[in-house]
Amino acid sequence: MSDVLALSAAAAAEAVRAGALDAAELFATYRERAAAEDLGAFLWLADGPGEPPGPDAPLAGVPLAAKDLFCVRGVPSQAGSRILEGYRPPYTATVVERLQDAGAPLLGKTNQDEFAMGSSNENSGFGPVRNPWDRTRVPGGSSGGSAAAVAAGLAPWAIGTDTGGSIRQPAALCGIVGLKPTYGAVSRSGMIAFASSLDQAGPLTRDVTDAALLLGHMVGHDRRDATSVPFPEPIARPAEGDLRGVRLGVPEELSADGIEDGVRTAFDATLALARELGATVEPCRLPHAPHALSAYYLIAPAEASANLARFDGVRYGLRVEGDGDLVSMYTRTRAAGFGPEVKRRIMLGTYALSSGYYDAYYGRALRVRTKITEDFRAAFERFDFVVTPTSPTVAFPLGERTDDPLAMYLSDYCTVPMPLAGIPAISIPNGLADGLPTGFQIAGPAFSENKILQAAFALEGAIGFDGSAARA
Amino acid sequence: MIDRAQVLHVARLARLELTDDEVERASRELSTILDHIARIGELDLDAVPPTSHVVEVTTPLRADEPEPSLPVQEALAAAPDPYDGGFRVPSPGA
Amino acid sequence: MSELEPVIGLEIHVQLATRTKMFCGCALSFGDPPNTHTCPVCLGLPGALPVANARAVHFGVLIGLALGGEIAPSSTFHRKNYFYPDLPKGYQISQYDEPLSRGGSLGEVRIHRVHLEEDAAKLIHVGESGRIHGSAASVVDFNRGGTPLVEIVTEPDLHSPESAREWLGLLRTTLRQLGVSDVNMEEGSLRCDANVSLRPAGREELGTKTELKNMNSFRFVERGVHAEIARQAALLAAGEAVEQETLHFDPSGGTLTSLRSKEEAHDYRYFPEPDLVPLAVTPEMVEAARAELPELPAARAARYEAELGLPADLARQHAHRAELGDYFEAAVAAAPAGVAPRVVANWTGNELVARIGDDDPGAAKVTPQALAALVGLLDAGTVTGAGARTVLDRLVADGGDPQAIVAAEGLGALGDDEGLGEIVAAALAAHPDAAEKVRAGNLKALGPIVGQVMRETKGRADGGEVQRIVREQLAG
Ligand SMILES: [Mg+2]
Ligand SMILES: [Zn+2]
Repeated sequence: MSDVLALSAAAAAEAVRAGALDAAELFATYRERAAAEDLGAFLWLADGPGEPPGPDAPLAGVPLAAKDLFCVRGVPSQAGSRILEGYRPPYTATVVERLQDAGAPLLGKTNQDEFAMGSSNENSGFGPVRNPWDRTRVPGGSSGGSAAAVAAGLAPWAIGTDTGGSIRQPAALCGIVGLKPTYGAVSRSGMIAFASSLDQAGPLTRDVTDAALLLGHMVGHDRRDATSVPFPEPIARPAEGDLRGVRLGVPEELSADGIEDGVRTAFDATLALARELGATVEPCRLPHAPHALSAYYLIAPAEASANLARFDGVRYGLRVEGDGDLVSMYTRTRAAGFGPEVKRRIMLGTYALSSGYYDAYYGRALRVRTKITEDFRAAFERFDFVVTPTSPTVAFPLGERTDDPLAMYLSDYCTVPMPLAGIPAISIPNGLADGLPTGFQIAGPAFSENKILQAAFALEGAIGFDGSAARA
Repeated sequence: MIDRAQVLHVARLARLELTDDEVERASRELSTILDHIARIGELDLDAVPPTSHVVEVTTPLRADEPEPSLPVQEALAAAPDPYDGGFRVPSPGA
Repeated sequence: MSELEPVIGLEIHVQLATRTKMFCGCALSFGDPPNTHTCPVCLGLPGALPVANARAVHFGVLIGLALGGEIAPSSTFHRKNYFYPDLPKGYQISQYDEPLSRGGSLGEVRIHRVHLEEDAAKLIHVGESGRIHGSAASVVDFNRGGTPLVEIVTEPDLHSPESAREWLGLLRTTLRQLGVSDVNMEEGSLRCDANVSLRPAGREELGTKTELKNMNSFRFVERGVHAEIARQAALLAAGEAVEQETLHFDPSGGTLTSLRSKEEAHDYRYFPEPDLVPLAVTPEMVEAARAELPELPAARAARYEAELGLPADLARQHAHRAELGDYFEAAVAAAPAGVAPRVVANWTGNELVARIGDDDPGAAKVTPQALAALVGLLDAGTVTGAGARTVLDRLVADGGDPQAIVAAEGLGALGDDEGLGEIVAAALAAHPDAAEKVRAGNLKALGPIVGQVMRETKGRADGGEVQRIVREQLAG
């Protein structure tokens, strides 16, 4: 039992293939833990694993937790919103389909900030998620349920989505690995959209090897997603190695102000380890990074204001009858179904697009996006990777930022620039500050996932982070 | 600064019913956020083209071949007010 | 107040005759049970994504080229945001500042732009809702939702309701020949909005325009624009201003009602559709479309004038009404050597059309071959013009072979040998003084004589022949 729990997902898969571990028992172990959890990480659990995996199924029956916003045929898929309470789609998201085909049965659907809008999981329509390292604190968000589930050993691994940091930031706050792939690498078909030009699905796992294994079965072109692109090479299992010849750039803009002491100490320690492994570490510039948050909080809400217009009480989801007229049915359904943060962003996005303001807000944001993309392109001419702390702070207490939207938005400060440029980035745990995990972010050029995973694997070995305390 | 009237206009466009407190709160919060965001106004971006897509591909085209549609009962399965094979709504303008 | 000139621009929505919808694989249908052609994409289910239909793009390019437009190598889809039950996503995927095709012209009307978009679903009124007493309810059928549309926007180059109707006819013919749409206004596969304004004749700048929505027949377009011109003229005459608004024309009462109140001012919040990267139309795609272009009305009219010697009006008439043109060309092919196409065109364009009106000549009882044979008989003098018209009446009514009809009904032209001489002699005898005047050289006096001969022969005599015999007998 507990030794099963000690296994990483990749190790468990090998054990199953070697006949040393029964896939059904593996599923049952996690199903039991997930059913007994008190973190609020899960919104729905499967009864069983269904079809046993084929003898050569690469994922060998290792159960998967999926963020609520992934549509699964016949399974509640609510994106953490009351407006979709109990909604069971007639089709399955491409990425879930691929992972199931590769032999990973669905264990359950995990809690999240409503429509992926949040950095603490406190915006879920179905209650908050607690951080397994300290239950009075948030797990981060929006993929908070997936991150907490993996950290607490309620699931071997999980998938989430990242729009401005929603995989990397909760991974950092929960002491696990989270990777946001290159935009277009993973199909968005069946992923309930927040901001279509930024959303990407990715793995949340215990270690870098698990992340590589899971990602390898997520990427690939999908004819159902016009923005999906074929991944140029297979995702490789990272191998033993150092960082000789690897050039790391540390952007002043993302590592100077507003970084907590404990986070900074851990970050500097990891940079020192990187040097010991042979990497060169130098400061670099991302001049427009300080404006990334502004661009992000215009572009994402603008797209969201349109993406969420379909929740109108006509075809599915919540419906609140008004005074018999159409408009009052619309306005009351949406008023009752959406939470405060979702309403706030719909308002912000609608305003940014409305006539007279488009050029000053949305239009400018798209130009800032161009500058940020150019900044990264320039940086990657001199550096292999740009590295930053993943989150400026460790997990913060529940309720601390709920009344201060701007403070909440600032927790995405270090993770927002990458999705704006569409580039991949990973967060790996790099220590504890006052008993709470910190994260180290590695970002690379588009489709450099293999290189990122390789570097992350080398650092992971040197850091030697132990997350078992959260699984106890 | 986004005032009460603007909040109400935006709420109408977004089909959101807001209570008076919500209107007041939205005006306050959105103003704070927009003040922060307004800093991008300082940048000189006139010569900069906008980026709305980061992937450098052109739209793939789908062959004009029919694929199976949903059975009508599945299409209507989640409908709040199914009626006579359709989705019933209050008539517009009624 | 000086003479007012109407200025009319048209916006036409064309449903494309593809097999599947614009952004999903659902089959297009007409008249099937509600919601039997839907999927996650066209129902706007959470997480569903659009993928553009290749043939719809091809049809769009065909239309752009046929109208002489400039096809954009890269065009962009936008989201047009507004709430309506027939719009499942809360936005319509359309094109905004980068349309598929710009410019061009059809006939005398310049084209502003041509772009691709998706059609809305259908709302069916079902009377009172069971839920709230006394409130009207509708049911949404998403079968039509997502049908590929091409929107054609003209410059304001039309100046009368009649010319607007005629131009629409030309557009419909062009689209039908392209094979891109059923162009059936009654079934809604061709829909027309009109922008109407008035200005003092000769002035450049335009007056305030109003928009007339969805007039679902050519006749309604003509009548609707008529009514709106009258309404605006009355306002201006009364010294009142025309308000910019959208109007609905009710053909039954011929009345115009305002559709939207101003406080519900529209703000569509267009922005680039993030689910669709830019649409690239390659030179190969353009050339493939160009190679498919059929002969279009303008070119056809030119050919009729240049190669078949038709006068401009007949050439235009046959070219702009494709079925008539096809009928005419079949008749020319079947006509005996020496019969001028111009003569055949007279019979198709005037005599035939006078008898079948707007019906499809291809479906008429009289075949092009029969009509050609009839024109042949006339040309050979076997039958007179009057006789031929009678034969055509029979052919249109029952079809058949003109030769046989002529024989059966004894409509053949009379010659000398068939007793025409005697009839002429009788007529001369009946009008001695007229005969005198004619002998004296006053040909005007022929009237009563020829008149009697025609009466006697019921028009079967040829006028020229009769005069020849008269002179011969008087000389004799
Ligand atoms: Mg349109
Ligand atoms: Zn469909």
